[in-house]
Amino acid sequence: MASRRNLPIVAMALVVIAVHLLAAAAGKPQYLTQLTMAGYYSLVIVGLTLLMGYTGQISMGHAGFFAIGGYTSGLLTTYNLYSQNGEMPVSMLRSTGLLVAGKDLYGADLLVVRPWAACVVALLVTLGIAYLVGKPVLKLRGHYLAMATLGFGTIVYKVVLGSSVLGAADGISDIPAFPLFAGLAVSGKSVLRTQNYYLAWALVLVAMLLLTNLIHSRVGRALRAIHGAEDAADAMGVDTSRYKLNMFVLSAVLAALGGVFLTHYNGGIGPSEASIMKSVRYVAIVAVGGMANLWGALIMGVLLNFLSLRGSFGSYDDAVFGLILLAIMLFAPDGLLRAELVRRLPGLRRGFGQKGAP
Amino acid sequence: MSLDLLFQYLVAGITYGTIYAIVAIGFNIIYNTTGIINFAQGEFVMLGGMLGVTLHALLPMPLAIAGAVIATMLVGALIEMLFIRWLRRPSVLRLIIITIGLSIAIRELALLLWGEGVRALPYFTGTAVSSLSIGDVHISPQVLWVLGLSAVMVAALNFIFARTLLGRQMRACACNREAAQLCGISAKNMVTLSFVLSAGIGALAGCAISPITYVQYDSGTSLAIKGFTVAILGGLGNSMAAIAAGLLLGILESFSIWVMPAAYKDVIAISILLLILFVRPSGLFGNAEAARLKDY
Amino acid sequence: MSLLEVKDLCKRFGGLQAVGNVSFAVAPGSIKALIGPNGAGKTTLFNLIFGILPPDSGQVWFDGAQTDGWKPHQVAAAGMARTFQHIRLFPKMSAWENIAVGRHVHSRAGFLSSMLGLPWTRREQRAVRDKALEIMGFLGVEDRADVEATSLAYGQQRIIELGRALACEPKLLLLDEPAAGLNMRETSEMAKLIARIRDTGITVLLVEHDMTLVMNISDEVLVLSYGEKIADDKPLAIQKHPEVIKVYLGEDDA
Repeated sequence: MASRRNLPIVAMALVVIAVHLLAAAAGKPQYLTQLTMAGYYSLVIVGLTLLMGYTGQISMGHAGFFAIGGYTSGLLTTYNLYSQNGEMPVSMLRSTGLLVAGKDLYGADLLVVRPWAACVVALLVTLGIAYLVGKPVLKLRGHYLAMATLGFGTIVYKVVLGSSVLGAADGISDIPAFPLFAGLAVSGKSVLRTQNYYLAWALVLVAMLLLTNLIHSRVGRALRAIHGAEDAADAMGVDTSRYKLNMFVLSAVLAALGGVFLTHYNGGIGPSEASIMKSVRYVAIVAVGGMANLWGALIMGVLLNFLSLRGSFGSYDDAVFGLILLAIMLFAPDGLLRAELVRRLPGLRRGFGQKGAP
Repeated sequence: MSLDLLFQYLVAGITYGTIYAIVAIGFNIIYNTTGIINFAQGEFVMLGGMLGVTLHALLPMPLAIAGAVIATMLVGALIEMLFIRWLRRPSVLRLIIITIGLSIAIRELALLLWGEGVRALPYFTGTAVSSLSIGDVHISPQVLWVLGLSAVMVAALNFIFARTLLGRQMRACACNREAAQLCGISAKNMVTLSFVLSAGIGALAGCAISPITYVQYDSGTSLAIKGFTVAILGGLGNSMAAIAAGLLLGILESFSIWVMPAAYKDVIAISILLLILFVRPSGLFGNAEAARLKDY
Repeated sequence: MSLLEVKDLCKRFGGLQAVGNVSFAVAPGSIKALIGPNGAGKTTLFNLIFGILPPDSGQVWFDGAQTDGWKPHQVAAAGMARTFQHIRLFPKMSAWENIAVGRHVHSRAGFLSSMLGLPWTRREQRAVRDKALEIMGFLGVEDRADVEATSLAYGQQRIIELGRALACEPKLLLLDEPAAGLNMRETSEMAKLIARIRDTGITVLLVEHDMTLVMNISDEVLVLSYGEKIADDKPLAIQKHPEVIKVYLGEDDA
């Protein structure tokens, strides 16, 4: 059963490689850039699919978590601490190796936080905020939950838009590359394009593996039970508040991870990443993909984000996603790639390990 | 600060608060009849203002405003008939997303039709700098128009719901849809009517406020959040309380620039919303039992 | 030593005293029925015992521990399971998966271990599936394992819900109108099933309107009226109890 369950993951890996080769052969290596970005957005989408589709908790503010991740990492890796070099907190941090010195574009001295340390801080900050926000918010249902998460997302947006330390309307730019290991680095340099493409999609692959495992586990079943009949789930011993909160936090951290990596890849981040339209976009993609369909959401997400990033929707970007959302909710609320339809494809039935599980 | 300045902030707070209250009442009317929260409520205000400006190029002011209100009411009816009416027992999630999608669609349509620029009707009486003196204080006549028109709307709604047959039918529908249907009331038409009424009051408010605040294709979004906050603050479904809650929010917002930068003004409303939802979702003036006695 | 003991339990909703000073005990390995006219407070009492509603006053003692004020999932972990008056199966999940949720309290895999797909979690999942199928076999519905639970016939849905509660391996099973909506044949099958469950050592507390079922299988019957206990005795004695007769049939206009 395990090997059959991993079939989609293997297939995905092959597709990733195939797409690279196709793009290279067609003489369009620049497509890899948009595909890399789409990959990082996918981290938000797959986490949100588990939260909305499987656990049934709507979040209209998930772009907020993406932004918290990206902005925290961006701020820490660009905020120059050189002027406080001799003073207490900075000198102590410097001795622990968490800071890195260098020179900026104009030759002036620079002292900032190392990217991996900034990443860890960004994820921890997101974790903390998600717990604090999630605890009261997840007690709400339906409209109230939607509005509360919408409100949270709007607060994040207003804060990043209005704070000069975060660059206000211009956002943060000149964000350095994120060196990982063995010469790999998250960077937008075109010479590193292929490397970054595989890096992004390796990350997505790992996320899909972990989330697919989660879906087919005791926890996944408990989450679906919560979605189906929360009072009955409670009666069966499922600590529904804890599970909802954990899922909320997990999806927030995944979103933040996407935010951190994309920020370093792009070398910058702006307030639009926190906007409500971005949150709506994520919800639209989850809905189109089939709500409780992880692979569907991933495929749709890549497709739509790729087209959007290539400019295929022109200035009607927001309108397209809004209309998609509307159309899907009106006519196909279970999504386009409905789980039942997919299951009827021969051979795929047993591929997911169990019948009755999307 | 001087008494004069204090008064100006107060007036600004009351003016904005009145608009928030009207949006909240719009939410309540639809919610009471259908149980739906119409996220596109803010767009009605925006449409009223924009259409008013466009029509004013062709018609004298009162006709332009009337035209804008009627046109927006038609939009409200259209929304209900095209998108909501035929849904068969939709889940709450689906409805939420549909109305959000509608609000985006209307926004983008507005962007297409009117571009990104801000527009405003001319001041109904006088100009931007004219002011009436009441004793020691000065007040723009447009503020009086906003307050006056809103008061007239509330009084009219009160009359409609309490005295007219149509209003009573809507209230019956709100209390118990099936019983109302058994009495021969067409629940479907009541739903459409609730959308029409909400759209109408939103549009009139939009026209009245546009000289002061200007309207833009995306004015609706923040109005929706604030209107919703006010509706919840007063207790969802309770429109009299929404008026008080609206004034409260408007004044709080207005005076907030004393303690925080203006850029964060919108954060006030949202923070209040979150606070209320966490602590007392039945609102300041509501309690679970009163919520069941929905009036309008 | 009773398995469940309820002492002076009270619950008030606004002006209505839904449950007023109710006290009773359930002996282990027995079947106790809770009966009374509509509105007597039976479901409220159930909800108080199961932790869905907090009592205004009084105590609930289960298996030696005081459980009033506990949350439902804590009560479930302590060994109580229940079914619902209006069937609450999980939609979009198959019959065996519904039952498998009942195994939640007897399995341990958490978020981290599940995501990593550790071997012991997969073994645990296989054991859960095996147990779910075993229970379906006990109930005689194993051929319906992979069918979507909410698409089954009403009577079979009731049985699946019962299976889900049994999967918790409870010490005490609370059944809320298990025969509601069942025809005569299905009701007598349900009665036999409940008796078989009791024979495996599980204590049963049930709310029921069907008097045939109640009188046939119960060891004791508790009668509620307007939130108060008016009788608590063996079935035959209850049938002759004047208060009970008055409450159900009214006064005799002799």
